[in-house]
Parts: sequence; C-alpha cells; structure tokens
Amino acid sequence: MGTSTVIQDKNTLKKKRKSETWKKLRKNKYLYLMIAPGLIYFLIYKYLPMYGLIISFQDYKPYQGIMGSEWVGFEHFQRLFTSPEFWMIFKNTLVLFALQLLIYFPVPIILSLMLNEVRHSLFKRGIQTIVYIPHFMSWVVIVSISYVMLTLDGGIINEILDSIGLSKINFLLNEDWFRPMYILQVIWREAGWGTIIFLAAITAVDPQLYEAARMDGAGRFRQMWHITLPAIRNVIIILLILKIGDVLELGFEHVYLLLNSSNRNVAEIFDTYVYVAGLQQGQFSYSTAVGFFKGGVGLVLVVFANWLAKKFNEEGIY
Amino acid sequence: MAKKRKRISTGSAVFDVVNYSLLLLFALITFIPFVHVVGSSFATSAEVANTKFLLFPTEFTLTAYKYIFSTDTIFRALFVSVLVTVGGTLWSMLFSTLTAYGLSRRDLVGRRVINFLIVFTLLFNGGMIPTFLVVQQTGLLNSLWALIIPVTINAFNMIILRSFFMNIPTSLEESAKIDGANDFSILFRIVLPISLPALATISLFYAVTYWNTYMHAILYLADADKWPVQVLLRQIVILASGVNYDGAAFDDVPPPEVTVKMATIVVATLPILLVYPFLQKYFAKGALLGSVKG
Repeated sequence: MGTSTVIQDKNTLKKKRKSETWKKLRKNKYLYLMIAPGLIYFLIYKYLPMYGLIISFQDYKPYQGIMGSEWVGFEHFQRLFTSPEFWMIFKNTLVLFALQLLIYFPVPIILSLMLNEVRHSLFKRGIQTIVYIPHFMSWVVIVSISYVMLTLDGGIINEILDSIGLSKINFLLNEDWFRPMYILQVIWREAGWGTIIFLAAITAVDPQLYEAARMDGAGRFRQMWHITLPAIRNVIIILLILKIGDVLELGFEHVYLLLNSSNRNVAEIFDTYVYVAGLQQGQFSYSTAVGFFKGGVGLVLVVFANWLAKKFNEEGIY
Repeated sequence: MAKKRKRISTGSAVFDVVNYSLLLLFALITFIPFVHVVGSSFATSAEVANTKFLLFPTEFTLTAYKYIFSTDTIFRALFVSVLVTVGGTLWSMLFSTLTAYGLSRRDLVGRRVINFLIVFTLLFNGGMIPTFLVVQQTGLLNSLWALIIPVTINAFNMIILRSFFMNIPTSLEESAKIDGANDFSILFRIVLPISLPALATISLFYAVTYWNTYMHAILYLADADKWPVQVLLRQIVILASGVNYDGAAFDDVPPPEVTVKMATIVVATLPILLVYPFLQKYFAKGALLGSVKG
C-alpha cells in the first residue's frame, strides 16, 4: 500500500508539474505569438541554409533538389584541398585576417585612449563626430572615393605624387598595393566607430585611481598605460574573441569591390571565390563546400578563443 | 616638491599638444576625402582635368548634377533605395521589437533555448549559396522583398533591444497586468513609449544597413531597373574605371566624366549625412556595451 501511494504521489506531482508548465505556457500565449514570426524567420533564413549545407556532400542539381541529388561524399572537399587555388585563397584570407588583427584592431583602442585624455569636451565631440562618419558609408562609397582619388587617370593622390617629383603609382591594379589599400580602408571606415565601446568602458574607471597615481608622480602617459588600459582589458578581450570568430568574415562586399584580374593573386578570398564559383559558374555543391569549410573554421576558432580566454580567468563571450 | 610638480605639468602640456595634433590629423585624413569629392562634383570638367585641387574648385557649376538627373536612371535607383530603406526599417523594427520583448520576459518557458538559437546564428551560418537557394525557393528572387525578408532581424540589434527591455522595471508591467492589460497592450502602450531612444537608435542602424545594401542586390536581383543606388554607384564609378572583374556594363558608352562620378557618390551618400545628426543624438553607448555579451 505504501509503495502505491508513493507512485500515486509521484504521478500527481508529475501531472501537477505538467499542468503548471501548461499554465505558464497558456499565461504567456501572447508572448509566444510575438516571438513566433521572429522565430520562423530565423528557422527559414538561418537554419534552413544550415540544413542546405548537405548539398556540399552531393552533386546538387537545381531541378532535382536536395532530396533527389546524388551523394558524392567528400568529393568536393577533396577537390578543394587538392586544388592549386586553395592555398592561394587560404593564404590571402589569412594575410588579410592577420592585418585586421595586428594593424586594425589596436587602432580604436589607441584612439579611445587618446580621446579619453582630451579635456576640452567641444574638441572631443568634434573629433568624434568626424571619425564616426565613415562607418555609416557603404563599402561602395568608401571604395568609390578611393577609386576616384587613387586612379592613374587624374586621381588627386597621383597628381600630388607627380607634382612632388615622384612617379605615379597604379594603386588599383598593382598587387603590392592591394593589402595596404584594404587595411587602410578598414581603418578609415571602422576605427572611429570602434572607439565607442572602449570609451564607454573607460567611463567606468574609478577617478580615484588617477588621483592616487598622480600623487605617486605618474605622468599622463603612465596613467594611461597603467590605469586606463588595464581597466578596459575585459572589453578588449571580448572584442578580440569576436574578431577571431569573424576570422574569415573579411567582408565580401569590400574585397569584391577591390578585386580585379590584376590583383586576384592576393585579393581572392573564400567569400569572393564562393560567389564566382557558385553564382557565376553555377557550381553550387562545390562552392557550398568551400563556404562550409570557411564557416567551420570560423566556428572552431571562436570556440577555441573563448576557451582560451576562460582558461586565463577572463570573461568569455558565453 | 614644487619643481617636481612643474616638471609634470610641462610633460602634461607636451602630452596634450602631441595628443591633440595627432587626433586632429586623424580626423582631417578621415574627412578630407569627402570634401574632395563634394568639391569635385561642383567643378567644371576642365578644372578637374587641368588644375588639380584638393578641397574646393575656383569655379562652381551644377553640370554634373544636371547630367545625372537628366535621365531617370538615378531617380529610379533612388526610389528603390528609399522604398527599401523605409519599408525595410518598418518591417525589421516590427519583428525585432516583438521578438526582443517576448524574449526579455524572464518567466517565459523555453526562452534560453530560443536565445541560444538566435545567438548561434552569429557564430555560424549556412553561407552564401545555401542562403541563396532558400531565397530562391521562397520565391523572392528578382523581387525587392529579397533585400528585406532574408535580413528581417539582425541578431545583434535584437539583442540590444532585448537587453534594453530587460532593464525596464517589471513593476510597471505588473501593475498593468493587474488592470487586465494583455501583453500586446503592455508592449505598445507602456513599454514602447518609454523606449523611444533605443527604438530610434536601432531604427537608424537598420535604415543605414538598408540604404547601404549592395551585396544582396547583386546576389538576388537580375533586372537593372530594380537596382538600388549603391549598385548603380558601383556601375558608374568602379566598373567604369575599366578594371572591373566581371566585365559588365559600359561597353558601348564612353566612361562617365570624373565630375559625374563625384556627383553620383554625393547623391548616394547625402541621405545618410542628413540623418547623421540624429544618429549622433541617439547613440546609446550603454546599450551597445550591453550587447557585447549575449
């Protein structure tokens, strides 16, 4: 008899819990109604494409669909890894990523440290207003302005070079100038805007720390180095992880606009390769495999970077 | 002691001079290209070709603007861009707000799972081709909806809104609940009116993204008469420079003059500069910071 009551109790408890969950669901029915369209959006336009990645293991034919296309296993990946172009693209992608990390990434940090030292608020706001502007311009505008200024055909930069007795440089078609041009444009467009997050973090620094440092005779530079910079370390690390997660997101739009047949050896990256092979040449399965490889590497890297940050007792992004 | 303090303040003054000069230099380098483009768009072709100037021409003319507005190409592109920007922003705000508010409520069963599903899309996605196939399958190809529906909700923007809503004291909502209001009327009558700065910020982010849309247009739109202004700009400035990659357009017409290119850049940029003061005003720094952690 004893056991049966226990079982009965368990059952009623289960029922009770079930009905409580049900009650909660019912109570929030309007909230679910609100979320539903957003959730459907993510399922269709974000998760369905992830399911679509299986075409990288198929010989996808548009009229046969995912269901009817033939399975080919890792054939496309094999083709990718053995193609001579793979290493060129891999290297190009890595080099641009390294430039982003080593040259671009510190710039907003340095800029925000400098802005933080400005005591005239009008001057500070003026500078901020100006350096935020390019962030709101499209890549087309940024690249277009670079084109009209850098072209051999009367661009102002080449005219200046010419007038001071230097020889003109074909920036747009010269392989050697692609990478500097790329990273300078990234800095031009994003560095100012990138300061916002660091400046916000700096406002949280305790002013007493500076007071104490001044008493100890620390100059402005030392204060910046020993107080401000360590205070925003957390934010720097979080943004660094996000940047590493973006490792292969170098901006299809940006690179594609700069790409031409003369600089292809240094400018072709995974994204542009996927576009050309997939949409212009119709190799859907192969280009999906290329994209899958790229996305997979990105995911592994962000998980790794986050793990590394936690290992060193820093806050990660999740 | 006094000597020491003096040394520090001299050092401090030097620091200030160097710091201010470097910042000013950076701002000038950032800004001069824009002035150069605006200045050149008002110059005569002859002056652009012969006497080189960095900022302003000596002789002002509207020839370039008259030229680009003489056909309806640019009007059509501007119309498409305005339509997509206004329509897209409203569309995105509606669904982002609804989703963000629903997920901001802590008593919602399943909220963690849904949050994870959304944040995960920031770390991994299906990529260009599978997304293209979904856009194709859902019948959006070659329709302006292709520029809007596939980007309905930007996960980052949604997270910013969500963390904003989460900071609203729940007591407000609870008292409304006691009065018998349902979640929709709480959202629209109580929560949204006190969230205007956040809504304005996110709307502007969406508007800028829609105005600048370019990649989706070249991916999903085949007809030239549906191109937004960014695609037109690329045709006129970049492809016409003769260094284009895909060999399209401008084979039969002479390349446009430099001043025309400059004027097209100005026209494609102007609307952003018009809303820029509002963008400035509504920068929600705290909201941005809060968004970094999902």
